[in-house]
Amino acid sequence: MEHTRKSGFFLLLLFVIFLVIGINSGEAAAVWEKAVNICLSCIGIG
Amino acid sequence: MMFVLRRWIQAAATAFSNAYLLFPFTRNIYQGRLKSVCVPGLNCYSCPAATGACPLGSLQTMLATVRPSVKAGNGHIGLYVLGILGIIGSLVGRMPCAWLCPFGLLQELIHKIPSRKIEIPHWMIYIKYAFLALFVIALPLLAVDGLGYGITWFCKYVCPAGTLEAGIPMLILQPQLRELVGWLYASKVGILLIFLALMIFIRRPFCRIVCPLGAIYSLFNKVSVFRMVHHPDTCVLCKECYNHCPMGVRFYEGANQPDCIRCLKCMQESCKFGAISYEIAGLPAVLKKKTTNPL
Repeated sequence: MEHTRKSGFFLLLLFVIFLVIGINSGEAAAVWEKAVNICLSCIGIG
Repeated sequence: MMFVLRRWIQAAATAFSNAYLLFPFTRNIYQGRLKSVCVPGLNCYSCPAATGACPLGSLQTMLATVRPSVKAGNGHIGLYVLGILGIIGSLVGRMPCAWLCPFGLLQELIHKIPSRKIEIPHWMIYIKYAFLALFVIALPLLAVDGLGYGITWFCKYVCPAGTLEAGIPMLILQPQLRELVGWLYASKVGILLIFLALMIFIRRPFCRIVCPLGAIYSLFNKVSVFRMVHHPDTCVLCKECYNHCPMGVRFYEGANQPDCIRCLKCMQESCKFGAISYEIAGLPAVLKKKTTNPL
């Protein structure tokens, strides 16, 4: 039980690191660039 | 009480995820800075009213452009999207499916239509992991063109949420797009109609059988900071939790199963014996009701 509790916090820390690295490398801007253009694939005509 | 609160939160989350109300005038999607943030639920970013990015669509686009990105020296491998999904999953597991996902809300509302209800075989809940592995990860990453670009396979060939929230509205807003409609659009509308029909008879069919976003969150259910707790000492195996569960989870067989979306309906409305509670970071957040086992 204690082991799984620690796993949750370890994973949380790991993914916070992922997020920070992603933001620093400009991935948030890359997501924005994709999201502000109409995705023809999502619509079903691309 | 909890049910009413959840409905309000679901409605508010749907409204916040789709708060760009100028689209009838601009006839286009929102293009502000909020679009760089992934919303927790399934909400197509090409929906005219969408204010955020769909995490599943974003993950696929990042994976589909990994090769050109690495070649260009950007190193965009999807850590930002994985970070957001992982933080949510580590904290609450699959809870966003119950409280924040607009497509989940739609399924619950349609399921209220009076009809004979059907239960799916248990093995079908594992199909969504195949969709995740194949359509969201493997194909966008590996099926690439000469320049190394892949496509968003799940969005393109499967996602009924995208068809409902973006496909149909955008064709209404931008008539010039109608000329491009072909077999792909027809097939996606067909998938949407099939799921809309299934929602009447089956509890949350898309979430349980197909949704790769739910599949990702479900991987965290056993280890998340927020977790459900089953008390076998007070459980009488009455199966009321299963009867009322929007996901058809047999809670009495164990807490934190992959399909448990932490809606808390079982705890608040079904169980009369205090056999269900939850804990946060290992600390019990709700005291067990003092009801004696009648058996």
